[in-house]
Amino acid sequence: MGLSKLNGLYREVILDYANHPHNKGALSTTTNTMTLHNPTCGDTINLQVEVKDNKINNIAYTGDGCTISQASASMMTDVVKGKTVDEALAMAKTFSDLAIGKKHSDADLKQLGDAQILTSIMEFPARIKCATLSWWALQRALLKDSEEEEKNE
Amino acid sequence: MDNNINDFSGDFPVLDQQVNDERLVYLDNAATAQRPRQVIKALTDFYEQDNANVHRGVHTLAERATKDYEDARQKVQVFINAPAAHDVIFTKGCTDSLNLIAATYGEQNIKPGDEIVISIMEHHSNLIPWQQLAKKKQAVLKYIELTADGELDLADAKHKITDKTKIVAVTHASNVMGTVTPLKELVAIAHQHGAVIVGDGAQAVPHMPVNVQDLDVDFYAFSGHKMMSPMGIGVLYGKADLLRAMPPYQYGGEMINDVHRDQSTWADIPFKFEAGTQNIAGAVGLGAAVDYLSHVGMKNIQRKEQSLVNYVLPQLIAIPDVQVYGPQLPQKHTGVISFNIKGLHPHDVATALDMDGVAVRAGHHCAQPLMEELGVTATARASFYFYNTKEDADQLIKAINETKEFFNIGTI
Repeated sequence: MGLSKLNGLYREVILDYANHPHNKGALSTTTNTMTLHNPTCGDTINLQVEVKDNKINNIAYTGDGCTISQASASMMTDVVKGKTVDEALAMAKTFSDLAIGKKHSDADLKQLGDAQILTSIMEFPARIKCATLSWWALQRALLKDSEEEEKNE
Repeated sequence: MDNNINDFSGDFPVLDQQVNDERLVYLDNAATAQRPRQVIKALTDFYEQDNANVHRGVHTLAERATKDYEDARQKVQVFINAPAAHDVIFTKGCTDSLNLIAATYGEQNIKPGDEIVISIMEHHSNLIPWQQLAKKKQAVLKYIELTADGELDLADAKHKITDKTKIVAVTHASNVMGTVTPLKELVAIAHQHGAVIVGDGAQAVPHMPVNVQDLDVDFYAFSGHKMMSPMGIGVLYGKADLLRAMPPYQYGGEMINDVHRDQSTWADIPFKFEAGTQNIAGAVGLGAAVDYLSHVGMKNIQRKEQSLVNYVLPQLIAIPDVQVYGPQLPQKHTGVISFNIKGLHPHDVATALDMDGVAVRAGHHCAQPLMEELGVTATARASFYFYNTKEDADQLIKAINETKEFFNIGTI
């Protein structure tokens, strides 16, 4: 088989997102932040969100990680920008569910935009965490009240 | 290198398989080794013939199980040349052994202002117990740094270990840098200053002859599973006078001499440190692994691994955009080879190599302070054992070249 199976995981669009990340950097105004680590590989994402009138007005991330985690953070920040907090949380739930093999409606999938491509990660169980890290960060950033850092992840 | 003389593949059923439609090349031996049939059979025999709890039954099976367990202890004693079998304590693994020393000897002997000296290349299991002990006791934790070549800096060790140093804890072989540390010299330095020294032998005992009396080390810890035993069994060697002076690690059955309503006394070593029912089958399996390794011969194993490193390391270094960490000279490098491909994250590299049947580890290898020191967040790591072959090395090199090609970097 060799590396041909990799095409399923590293589609061109994924490599493109990873090589030319979107929304990577620091925001000047943030209301919600979250730093998460993937302790198995050392990947880190620091997510910054600016929520205004219950909408994600702006979102950006810094951090370091593999192609999958970087592409996922790029795609996630793209698709949730402008969404309400509830919509973004629903999308995060859809993505987390898909990654663990749960089914969702076509409408839910459509809402994920480009990010739904990454659900092909299911074929590579060892890499699921890489793809879900940014979505978990989003979930936790939006759900917590204060700006305390999550230390135990 | 002649592969025919060194063909062990028939003894390792797990190696005879395909993954992702490619021949499996297992190069994650620094994480855990594979088990030969002989070890698996020892476990089956134990469970099918002798299984019972040890030291507390008068029936025949209990006697047999006790003999199996104590025979395993003697095999380990001979294997590392400990003065007596009671100096060999069975634990859950290397991590457990190191925590035991910190929680007993460390707890008893470290005072505010004392120094604990470790090296920057320690695995978290030989780092966090000392870091937390130092914090709790207001002691000072000091790190021995690396040379430019990635070896332990002995000159820096002489500077860091002082009369205030009470414990020195260092790895005998690095799980990242592929180096063997000058443990014997470190022992001499520690003893000159009146400190005890702990050797972490997790990456040494499976790969080279280790003689704890020749090293004169005070404590020495290692895991069974990296030397082909079942998981969940490990060893703590300690000098008898030190072990006897230490308080127990855990309380319960087996570790007592006499128990009353308000007080208890403890069993002699090694049982003082073996509370509760131990991993008896694990110890039996470790004994069988020791038999296997002794039969092959640790010098032969060391020689075979060195010839693999001599073969693969220069090829790896010659690939454009591949960076190998630690010494670049094969004769200075063990079978643990950490590397990165420029522009690629090691996690992506490991997934790609897996598609070519090659199992390597990617990550920080439980050595985050060392990763910080190297200025990386993670590396890929190929780690060889004596049953690996030149063919395995060829498949690794080929897979790395294909990985580069797939991600479209470099000149291919």
